[in-house]
Formats: sequence, structure tokens, C-alpha cells
Amino acid sequence: MKLISKLIKFELQNSIRSKWIIVYSLIFFVLTFLLFSFETDSAKASLTLTNLILIVIPLVSIIFGVMFVYNSIEYVQLVLCQPIDRKSLFIGLYLGNTFPLIFGFVLSIILGTLFSGILLSSLKPILITLLIGIFLTLIFTAISFWIGFRIIDKAKGLGTAIILWFSFAVLYDGILLLIIYSFREYPIENFALAACLINPIDLARVFFILDFNIAALMGYTGAVFNKFFGSSLGIIVSFSMLVVWFIIPFLFGMRRFLKKDF
Amino acid sequence: MLKLDDISKKFGKITVLNKITTDFEKGRITSIVGPNGSGKTTIIKTILGLVKPDSGQILINNQQINGSHQYRQNIGYMPQLSNFPENLKVYEVINMVSDLRGLKPQIDEKLLNSIKLNAELNKGIKTLSGGNKQKLSAYLALVFNPSFIILDEPTAGLDPVVSCSFKKRILKERESGKTIILTSHIMSEIEELSDNIIFLLEGRIVYSGSLEFLLASSGEDSLEVAVANMMDRSEE
Repeated sequence: MKLISKLIKFELQNSIRSKWIIVYSLIFFVLTFLLFSFETDSAKASLTLTNLILIVIPLVSIIFGVMFVYNSIEYVQLVLCQPIDRKSLFIGLYLGNTFPLIFGFVLSIILGTLFSGILLSSLKPILITLLIGIFLTLIFTAISFWIGFRIIDKAKGLGTAIILWFSFAVLYDGILLLIIYSFREYPIENFALAACLINPIDLARVFFILDFNIAALMGYTGAVFNKFFGSSLGIIVSFSMLVVWFIIPFLFGMRRFLKKDF
Repeated sequence: MLKLDDISKKFGKITVLNKITTDFEKGRITSIVGPNGSGKTTIIKTILGLVKPDSGQILINNQQINGSHQYRQNIGYMPQLSNFPENLKVYEVINMVSDLRGLKPQIDEKLLNSIKLNAELNKGIKTLSGGNKQKLSAYLALVFNPSFIILDEPTAGLDPVVSCSFKKRILKERESGKTIILTSHIMSEIEELSDNIIFLLEGRIVYSGSLEFLLASSGEDSLEVAVANMMDRSEE
């Protein structure tokens, strides 16, 4: 544990000076400030912000993570030559990479809302938005570490990361909608429900929708989830699945890292 | 003493190390030579635990070390290519590695001077040249006073002045009883530094013994010619 915290400390020291983290945080700050300044209903502003977060955070986290892995191979070798076990190093690298992204995101959203003068009574939607952002960062960084340590070739790894993001963020909903539309005369609700669990971005979306009961605003997948699970069970299931979506790629990435030849 | 016992490693279908058995003696410099792709760096990485062998064991003072990590407290390693977190400064990297080894920041003025690194301490890694990164790497390999020093093409990026003082330092380390493993393509450097030679070809040891014996048995004065002859014979 002491070793992990040391590794995180050095990763933070390194990342905090990276201009990309500063740019990433500034973008969220400006977006939040503008959205909450022009929209008085904080739930609506949070919804717009969440819709942006659902696209931007997975993309930034997966690209950032994959690039970090490919650019850090010599650094990983340097650290692995010290008396350090691989498991601690993996956890240290992962947390050292996700913490700056999470800090930057959380801080910029909090400052953006504070500067826009939002009332304290309407903080709940913002907190849900923050939770979704944190989860998406954890999930997509875990996926990126798995890709980075699994695929040796940098171009292939980066390509896989972009395709995966595109599939989750754009393609998936389109294909799902097409299937559901094509088979609308058949009882395919269970399939649609299972399909919602496969995509972490949809899950995060469902989590937000069920909290605000605004399924109609967020497309078909949210509506299906709402209909079958009801609000509270839906929240528990979607939250649990988000945790699973974090744990599985994290463990696969770690397993790969433990076996990998550097 | 460091011993490799029947170490084999395949990358896909290619056998990179084929039943390697050899000793690295205390107080001696052992050079691993061989053409590109013969397995020199893989042997070093296997000792360090960066590459996991398919079979065989690595022993330090008769204790098996495969899979453990504590033994690396006694190893200093200088890789062929060095890279450090680019937003850190040189002294912060030294502090980091010291901290990871559970030690206070190790600043050895004498060593810093000998490899001309003191002027770079406050510079960012991002601004360092390749040669200066190698100097930092050399510093980190030596400053913790390890019993085993592993140097992979150490002088490739160093200027002649630093290269010369670094080699003097290596010889001094040998005198103090360290076990030193070296790879290089510069035969004159190997001749200058080595006591023992391991000659590798396609992952197999073709020769393992003293430098004097190799030269005497080949009937040549220069190591370069002796090694070239050995390669020719092996290819036949």
C-alpha cells in the first residue's frame, strides 16, 4: 500500500504539470460555467453536460490511457528494475493515471457551477453527473490499460481504442435501435434489456435517466430500462453493472501486466 | 554469485534463449557478446525479471529468484535506452527511485561529477538530450551501491570524456567485489573491461570462459577477429 501511494505521488507529480490535463480541465470548466449560466434549471443543464460527458470522457480516458501505456514502457522497465512487485506497480500506474483526470474533471465542474452562481438546493443533478464522469474515467482507463498492455503495436492499440470508443459511443445505440425497429413485432424486450447492460456508456446514461425519471429525453435504451426495472431496482442494477464494467477490464489488464515481457 | 540454469525463452515461434546455463562470478566483469538478435538483452531482462523465462531457474547465492522482486534491491541496471517521466526534473527522478527503494534521496557528488551530471540536476527530463538521459541512467545504476551491476550498451550514447570516466568507475566497482554484466558491440571496450566472455549465437552459448583463453585458443590478438572467426565457424 505504501509503495502504491509512492507511485501515485510520482505519477501525480508528473501528470499535474502536463498541459493536456490543464486543457482537459479548462474545457470542462468553460462548458459547465456557460451551461449553468445560461440555463436556470440545473437538471436541464446537468442533462446537457451529462450528454457531453458521455462522449468526451470515454474518448479522452481511453486515448490518454493508451498513449500513457505506450509512452511509459521504458519508465515501467525502470520501475520494474527496482525491488517492486508488478501488482503494486500496475495499481500505482492505473491510479496515478486516473486521479489527475478525475481531479481535473471534478474540480472544473465544481468551480464552473460555483462561478455560475447555482443554488445549493439544486446540487443533486450535478453530483450524479460527477459520479458518472468518475465512473466513465475509471472504466475507460481500465479498458485502455488492458488494450495497451495486450497489443504491442502502438498504431494497432490506438486504432482499437478509437474503434472501441466509437462502437460504444455512437454505433451501439444506432445498431440497437435498428434491430429493435426491424423486429418490433416480436417480443424482444429481454434482448433489449440485456443489450443495455453490454455498453458502459448506455449504462451511465440509464443511471442518470433513472435518477431523474426523464427517460423520454434520453432515447430508447433508457426507456426500456425504466419500463422493466422501475426506478430504484434500475439504479441498483445499472450501478452494479458499472462496477462490473470497471472490475473486469481492470483485472484483465492486471493479469496481462503480470505476465507481460517488457 | 549469479547463476542461470537451463533458461529457455520463446517469443512466439522464435526461440530467443535456448537452454542457457552459465555463471556470473563475483568481482569479475562478464561481457555478453553476439550479433544483433542473438539474445543478449533478453538474458539481461530475464535476470531482472522483465522477461519471464519459459523454463529454467535463476539463482543468486544458490537461492532461486524467479518470480520474487526483493532481490532487485541488490541490482543496478543501465538499459540501452532510457526514458523517465518527462515532466519531472532530474533530481526528482533520483528522489523517486531512491524512495521506491525505501531510501533517502541519494546524492553522490563524486559520482555526479565523474559523469558530469551535476549541472543537469534541476533540468526537466523533457529538455535533456539522449546522452544526458543515459548519464542519469548510469547514475541510478551505480548510486545505490548494488552487488550486481548490469549494463546494456552503456557507452553508446555517452561522449568520450564521460565514457572514459564511466569505464574507470566500472573497473573500480569490480575491484570492490561487484558482479558486473556488460553487453556492447564495441569490441575494444569489451577487451578493455572484461574478464569473462559469453558468446551468444541464436540464443545458444557458443563460448563461455575467460577473455585470455578465448584469445589464446583462437590464436588472434584482437577480440574482434577472434569473435568474427567464431561466428564464421558456427555458421559453417
